Amino acid sequence: MDVLNITNGDIILEFIYLVSALLFVVGLKLLSSPDSARRGNLWAFAGMILAMIGTLVLHRDGVGNTIKGANLVIILGAIAAGGLVGAIVARRIKMTAMPQLVSFFNASGGAASALVALIEFSNPDNESTLVTLLGLVIGSIAFSGSMIAYGKLNGNIKDIFSKWMTYINLLILAGVVVLVVLLMLPGTPVESKQLLVYILLAVALVYGVSFVMPIGGADMPVVISLLNSFTGIAAAMAGFIYQNQAMILGGIFVGAAGMILTLLMCKAMNRSLINVIIGSFGGGGAGIDREKGTVKEVSATDAAVMLNYSSKVVIVPGYGLAVAQAQHICSEMDELLEANGVEVKYAIHPVAGRMPGHMNVLLAEADVPYEKLVEMDEINPDMPKTDVVVVIGANDVVNPAALDDPSSPIYGMPIIKVHEAKNVIVMKRGMGKGYAAIENYLFYNENTRMFFGSAKDSLQKLVTEIKAL
Amino acid sequence: MESILQFFYANKEAIFIIALTIFLGLEVISNVPSVLHTPLMSGANAISGVIIIGGIILVGHADLENLTEGSNLLNLVLGIFALLFGTLNVMGGFVVTDRMLEMFKKKKK
Repeated sequence: MDVLNITNGDIILEFIYLVSALLFVVGLKLLSSPDSARRGNLWAFAGMILAMIGTLVLHRDGVGNTIKGANLVIILGAIAAGGLVGAIVARRIKMTAMPQLVSFFNASGGAASALVALIEFSNPDNESTLVTLLGLVIGSIAFSGSMIAYGKLNGNIKDIFSKWMTYINLLILAGVVVLVVLLMLPGTPVESKQLLVYILLAVALVYGVSFVMPIGGADMPVVISLLNSFTGIAAAMAGFIYQNQAMILGGIFVGAAGMILTLLMCKAMNRSLINVIIGSFGGGGAGIDREKGTVKEVSATDAAVMLNYSSKVVIVPGYGLAVAQAQHICSEMDELLEANGVEVKYAIHPVAGRMPGHMNVLLAEADVPYEKLVEMDEINPDMPKTDVVVVIGANDVVNPAALDDPSSPIYGMPIIKVHEAKNVIVMKRGMGKGYAAIENYLFYNENTRMFFGSAKDSLQKLVTEIKAL
Repeated sequence: MESILQFFYANKEAIFIIALTIFLGLEVISNVPSVLHTPLMSGANAISGVIIIGGIILVGHADLENLTEGSNLLNLVLGIFALLFGTLNVMGGFVVTDRMLEMFKKKKK
């Protein structure tokens, strides 16, 4: 870049970027506490608008020209279109489609980063080749990976897993590294670099697909927050190209926050991140040949009586509740019981559902006050005093094998200790195993009763019975 | 290898910022109640849409008079797409986060 006289505008713009970056930090900080969360979101949004307006008005290119005329019209048009579509989709979509939507928005952010990096690669003034390529690779992986996650959450794509995938993925990843090195070598002619960069784009996109493809079920929250983190990092890489502090700081901050959430999710499963990405649950896990008791079913009438005449009830929701869209009827049952003097709480496992905090959003949509949603560590000590636990569409997060069977693949994972409660009602579609394909001895316990059927139908029957009492 | 070292030297301030930002991120986000995991994730996601600044710079300084030259036209089109995707991410992300938080709010009776 040429040496230009620094104008007041340049200084003001840098100052604006500083303020924006601070607004991002303050915004996320406020977002991490329930009372200030909504304000935090607005602050971060204000930071974004400020940075955008500042750039539009004050940014100057290498020869000192600001953005004007036709370019400005094109930009405003694109922003208006993208913003309008984003706002409408975000307003209209059903709350139950939230995990998909978050993935979709993440994909679009990744795509934007990849595109910016792609264009900048062919810009001769851009000297930061390495970060440009990293931005391209990470952005592309975030894009295609999030699209696959979107498809999975939306039910369009099934998990495909074979031991092979691990090796294929490593191979593709090696391909990415080789391409980046080739592009970095000074000896490579410019024409072939233009071709290579498109190949790199393609390979990175393929990697995103093949990396998310085998991961599913209970591991989804980990992948989603990991991809989220990638998008932030990709944006930061683009920030390096422009030496733009707001982009660097915002991007890295989001990347770090996403990474923490990812590790938090891993911790909730007692698995390492590498293990989630490469390994899969081994299934089986029949290390100890335990005496299987008999499975005891419960009728809707008996279950209704049990619930209605207890003093403390805990509901453990899982992905099954989300799939059956049974959150409203669940909330109705909760209200009926509360009206009859039963104390009802919800026990939320950190990885219940398909994205971090999935159950909280789902139940909030059904008007369940968030004070009733209790985290695992807080509710576990209360379990022995609980009269009835209702497990709705959850399996691995209540499997006692995690506590006492060292041969079990989920051994060591913190669980909700429902087996310590006086009575357990498990709502399940059938005797199928959970995502981890591990036998759950909870179902054979003396104090466990099974209530087969889809969560929605079962809850509907219960509500009818409770009303009839 | 040399280019990595050069990169480090050329961007030393930025790399300091990054190192500190990572710590800041750790401090700010740790101990988030699980109630807020989804809104936090989607709010952070919206912030990663900061890439639109890159899009604005690209399209803003695109040479509209010589579109037929080289890859100018292609770059302009790609830049517009980057802007579209970026704002989709930003607006969608913030609006959906606000909607989620609004839901949490009104239940507080």
